[in-house]
Amino acid sequence: MRFWNNRANKMRLSWIFGVLAGILFLGIGILQGQFAVMWRKAVMICMECIGIG
Amino acid sequence: MKKSLKKSLEKLRLTVQLLFTVLTNGYLYGFASGKIYQGSLKYACVPGLNCYSCPGALASCPIGALQALLNQRGFHVPFAALGFFFLFGSIFGRFVCGWLCPFGLVQDLLHRLPFFQKKKHLPLHRFLKYGKYVVLIFLVCIGSLFLFGGFTKVPAFCKYLCPSGTLFGALPLLGANEALRAQLGGLFFWKLGVLIALLLLSVKFYRPFCQYLCPLGAIYGWFNRISLVQIHWEQERCTACNACERACPVSLSVHEISHSPECIRCGKCVGACPQECLRFGKGNASSNVKNGSANSLKNDPSGASSSASLNSFQQKTETEHVQKPSS
Repeated sequence: MRFWNNRANKMRLSWIFGVLAGILFLGIGILQGQFAVMWRKAVMICMECIGIG
Repeated sequence: MKKSLKKSLEKLRLTVQLLFTVLTNGYLYGFASGKIYQGSLKYACVPGLNCYSCPGALASCPIGALQALLNQRGFHVPFAALGFFFLFGSIFGRFVCGWLCPFGLVQDLLHRLPFFQKKKHLPLHRFLKYGKYVVLIFLVCIGSLFLFGGFTKVPAFCKYLCPSGTLFGALPLLGANEALRAQLGGLFFWKLGVLIALLLLSVKFYRPFCQYLCPLGAIYGWFNRISLVQIHWEQERCTACNACERACPVSLSVHEISHSPECIRCGKCVGACPQECLRFGKGNASSNVKNGSANSLKNDPSGASSSASLNSFQQKTETEHVQKPSS
């Protein structure tokens, strides 16, 4: 408990919580099929990106 | 010794930037055929701003992915894109901008051209630096949800602003694909104008797109304080000579380096420090600051008191040096 009361310790390890949150979000994204949406967009030439659409 | 560190860091950064750009845009067949890669690597995002319509791109652009998810029918929290932002942001912070972004590399190379007197910031920098948050909120988020194109959802940032898409996507594709060339219109010339303006500005000013417009930089900037990759400052050895601030391409003081959302971890401060009290490291930079110093920084975010204490330390040391021979 003492360890977590130290602000410097919290800050030093907060990146781990960020990584864990990232992995959690990626997992939810997979379950919701969001990667397929991203992939479908990425494998077609994006007309808006190249200034035509 | 210092010069060699500075040069080797600069060389290392340039090598990493070039290698990463080539590796993530290595689909050479795409450049020859005017088509894009359609394999399974595009399920993943690269950390930097790298248009997925670049013929060589092997993975997706995180901002493009975010917009694609926001462009879906109805509203869905874009978890997949957020996952990549949290993952890359928590590990690297804006190190991505300084070392892994292809468009950052282009701006860096242009800034090396020996034309014009170099400047770090545009006029009104104090206000303009918030432009990237405006772009993130209005073009990437609100724009992608409903604002532009009537009520049709469009990836507004990609469509109206993204210079990476024009440079790495449009120009190579249009060069190799005649069918696309036939469809050129006003929008393309608007985007080409934006790209040319930014490239010209890059010759004189340091990374104008990254400093003022990049939504990805705005996102990673929020992670700078907590990210794994940090620049550590050993305050005990610091003589407050401000060499780091002078070398910093965005003029951050030693108190702001690494923590500021503007710091892209380019490492110029590390190479410039004559005392070698700045170095790349892992974990939070505040771990190196003693409790008392950390408190003084907390109470005085400008760092004025710490700077004053460092100056007094320097004066004291100088006085001691002067007094020693007489005693």
